[in-house]
Amino acid sequence: MTDASGLALVLLTLGAIAGTYLWRGVGVMFAARIKSEGPVFQWVTFVSYAMLGGLIARMVILPIGPLMETPLLFRTLAFVIGVGVFFALGRRVLPAVFIGVASFIVLVSYF
Amino acid sequence: MISDSRAVTRLAMRDAVGFPSITLLASMTGFGSLVHESGLPLGMAIAATAGIWGLPGQLTLVEMHAAGASAFFVILGVALANARFLPMVVSFMPLMNAEGPRTRWNFALVQMLSINSWAAGLKRFPEIERKFRRRYYLVFAVICMSAGILGTVIGYLGVGLMPRPIALGLIFMNPLFFAVLLAGVQSRPSMIALIVGAPLGVMFHLAAPDLDLLLTGAVGGSLAFWLNNRVPDRGSRQ
Repeated sequence: MTDASGLALVLLTLGAIAGTYLWRGVGVMFAARIKSEGPVFQWVTFVSYAMLGGLIARMVILPIGPLMETPLLFRTLAFVIGVGVFFALGRRVLPAVFIGVASFIVLVSYF
Repeated sequence: MISDSRAVTRLAMRDAVGFPSITLLASMTGFGSLVHESGLPLGMAIAATAGIWGLPGQLTLVEMHAAGASAFFVILGVALANARFLPMVVSFMPLMNAEGPRTRWNFALVQMLSINSWAAGLKRFPEIERKFRRRYYLVFAVICMSAGILGTVIGYLGVGLMPRPIALGLIFMNPLFFAVLLAGVQSRPSMIALIVGAPLGVMFHLAAPDLDLLLTGAVGGSLAFWLNNRVPDRGSRQ
């Protein structure tokens, strides 16, 4: 890595940290006075969750990086198994992730 | 009502070691392996875990950077992805604090707030005397963050040593963890936004890979906002 790209990564990371801290700091500052149910903030929350929904789908269907070498069918199947287990077992996170990831590893190893 | 500082410390340790620590250790192991496989340095992985301290924002940082978005849009994307911290902090601080909310300490303590410590605090604070609540939060959050940073380092260093299918499994853990953690948020508006956003994220990625998430947020979020206000909420009106 060159020094320039190293510095760019440091600034990028610090910027991302600052952008996150903004919400926390504003929350402390206005804890008593803010109305987080107002329409503007409600809209920001929808934007946030829509982005995250989009990111999950994109990471499974069109991944960037090493998951590109795995078949779409395996990723989708393991994802559906994991989320299915999550709801079937009454919203239990760890068994769902464990079974989902294990099915993915089995699919990638043996098929 | 618990009013003994050592009992509060023990309670916080007992609550944190177990599900929250294991979840963070595992999810951040996935995150660390993703950072490694994206060709980014270990320092960035640790800084993102400790500094952003929320898997969705951390994944947004790495994924948008990998997709080639410019720094300005990556930072905007991470900031938007973390908007949920504002209502979390606003609902948490008045419950935790004995004195006024704007003490300097709170500006440092709030950095360690995550969905785990938020949920634990909301559950336990009513049984803990007010002046000891901050101690509970601090002990709980320090254990969680240590587990998260440890997981990040293990994932980053470990992924290269694993057989390939297991390494791929660790990376695959990211979207799955992310999905079940968000699916656990049982609110109708966020579910609508997640479901509307999912197909848009794929479509916009094909059309504009560097701006996909921001477009998904703007278009999908507004659409979900409109849908939510338009379609009556049958569940809550019964």
